Amino acid sequence: MSGQWPLWEVFTQPADGSPHEHAGSVHAPDAEMALQNARDVYTRRGEAVSIWVVPSSAITASSPAEAGPFFDPGNDKPYRHPQFYKVPRGVKSEE
Amino acid sequence: MSEPTQPKGSDDPAQVAAFEARIARGETIEPKDWMPERYRRQLVRMMSQHAHSEVVGMLPEGNWITRAPSLRRKISLLAKVQDEAGHGLYIYCGTETLGVDRAELIDQLLAGTAKYSSIFNYPTLTWADMGAIGWLVDGAAIVNQTMLAHASFGPYARAMVRICKEENFHKRQGYEIMATLAAGTPAQKAMAQDALDRWWWPSLMMFGPSDKESPNSAELLRWKIKQKGNDELRQRFVNLTVPQAAAIGLHIPDPLLTLDKETGDWEFGPIDWNEFMQVISGNGPCNRERLAARRKAHADGAWVRDAAVAHAAKDAARSAA
Repeated sequence: MSGQWPLWEVFTQPADGSPHEHAGSVHAPDAEMALQNARDVYTRRGEAVSIWVVPSSAITASSPAEAGPFFDPGNDKPYRHPQFYKVPRGVKSEE
Repeated sequence: MSEPTQPKGSDDPAQVAAFEARIARGETIEPKDWMPERYRRQLVRMMSQHAHSEVVGMLPEGNWITRAPSLRRKISLLAKVQDEAGHGLYIYCGTETLGVDRAELIDQLLAGTAKYSSIFNYPTLTWADMGAIGWLVDGAAIVNQTMLAHASFGPYARAMVRICKEENFHKRQGYEIMATLAAGTPAQKAMAQDALDRWWWPSLMMFGPSDKESPNSAELLRWKIKQKGNDELRQRFVNLTVPQAAAIGLHIPDPLLTLDKETGDWEFGPIDWNEFMQVISGNGPCNRERLAARRKAHADGAWVRDAAVAHAAKDAARSAA
């Protein structure tokens, strides 16, 4: 036996114009068969208009243990949000 | 409340406390998050048994695909069995995020060392069994899986959400088969009743032993892998199913079944846990047959897997050249 086939992460796009979202994973010997397996496993009811498969080993993920310091640069900058700014009374501002 | 069990092994108590605080806040645990070794092991045990059940669950129904009474029934059954394969894969995929290989889990199933749901060790004797399985077995699975869709472990919960969406078709096609037979000739109605008689008690056993007897319940509830106990889920299933049987003129094979007007619960008679223990320990009517069929299917598929690997290797060599 040839051991376990490589693992591929599957991303599906539910409808035209929407982003691809992670659906799960499949094992397959190559990318073409990974796509076919992903179609059979994750889209039996027309759930997708497009599929991406990516070797799981190619994904680099942030570390949950360091999530605090890692995301800190974005967490203390209220001036990046519109609510930070005052608008004179009676002036309509775009939503 | 039961006494909290101390996780065994070398888990750092401070990390365990932080983990349990996350669970208490209703946070979702993801694969790379720190978790007690015992939590990981409970999940691997539970998820792999669940995945195996989906896979073995194809066998009793596969038996009837070629003998379905019409093309409509045949395509439905074929689609249902294909869904079960998909469900097995969703859950294996979730289990792999905990650092186990699917191949390893499948080896355990084929070696006969892994457990799967006891219900699939009962034989499918007539076409009405396809109705009873969809209605009762998938019906019970929906009750259980709807709860598991809120499990604290993200990959398990997400697999359940996906599965629940698909199981409703399984249940309805089964109930339709039962309703059609029950409204048919006296012989057809008797066949439907016989299937209900045989599948009713094993379906109640699917929820597992009473929480008072279940070795894992307290821990699974404490870590919110499960949100509800076995007895509560079983009661919910009975309450849903009794009126469905009445609606199609079939009777539940339990002389002690009575409606408690105060609680609205259908009280049912005692379950034969001895039978349950016999079936899960390998002595059910079809345990050996199921494993033999699974091993044969795995062996018969070996050439396809080998061909796929050879094709991939040839393709890779060609594009490298």
